[in-house]
Amino acid sequence: MNIIFYIAALIALIATFRVVTHKNAVHALLYLVVSLLAISVIFFISGAPFVAALEVIVYAGAIMVLFVFAIVMLNLGEDSIQREANLLQPGVWKIPTILIVILLAELIYVFASNQMTAGNVRIVDAAEVSQRLFGGYVLAVEMTGILLLSGIVGAYHLGREKKREYHRYLQTNEEEHE
Amino acid sequence: MSNFPLEAGMILAGLLFLAGLYGVMIRRNIIFMLMSVEIMFNAAGLAFVLAGAHHGQADGQVMLIFILAMAAAEVAVGLALILQMYKLNKTIDTDAISQLRD
Repeated sequence: MNIIFYIAALIALIATFRVVTHKNAVHALLYLVVSLLAISVIFFISGAPFVAALEVIVYAGAIMVLFVFAIVMLNLGEDSIQREANLLQPGVWKIPTILIVILLAELIYVFASNQMTAGNVRIVDAAEVSQRLFGGYVLAVEMTGILLLSGIVGAYHLGREKKREYHRYLQTNEEEHE
Repeated sequence: MSNFPLEAGMILAGLLFLAGLYGVMIRRNIIFMLMSVEIMFNAAGLAFVLAGAHHGQADGQVMLIFILAMAAAEVAVGLALILQMYKLNKTIDTDAISQLRD
């Protein structure tokens, strides 16, 4: 179990360093997903399976898809077709694939050896987290709900296509000219 | 109590946080800066969960759920702001956005 932590930590560090130093946004995003999966493995072996699942679903799933949408909408680079062709070359996805396969091997090893319950790791499961979440932290949950609502409203307001609106002085001036 | 030492996990969280900070400082592309901020959030969440697991409590995982919700709201607003910035300036280079100084 010890060596699994160090391998996953090494993968997380390599992938994070590649995110920071990579030139292409989509490739960096791929490495960021690998880094999140490695951290999810660390959560899993430290007795937090619920949060490990949340990390994969929310972070590596939803938030990264938001980034992909933004990059697609920005349509960065003048030669996007050339870049699309570059995406299919094996040099692009070789290293992320190797890192992901190592993580998969670790996961299979953890499940196969069934060391999760044999070790001295105390598994804090979803029921315990939920009881704590809606017990003592219920005010924070409501505040988080308000934060998410304001985030939705703000994103909608900022992303909306506005029609041109003039200041009222400009409007009256235009009407006078006409 | 986990099978690996808590210090190693905390060092990993610190290194990930520093990598995110490094990314915010060296990159000029605002998409990469937002990604680096995500890395820093994630490192803080890792520290929370490892400390919670060390004491066998659920509080660390509760904190990570709050960090997840906050990161989701932050990314939604931040990406909308980046789209507006690109629409106004036709660039996502933060050095080019210097109208306030001029």
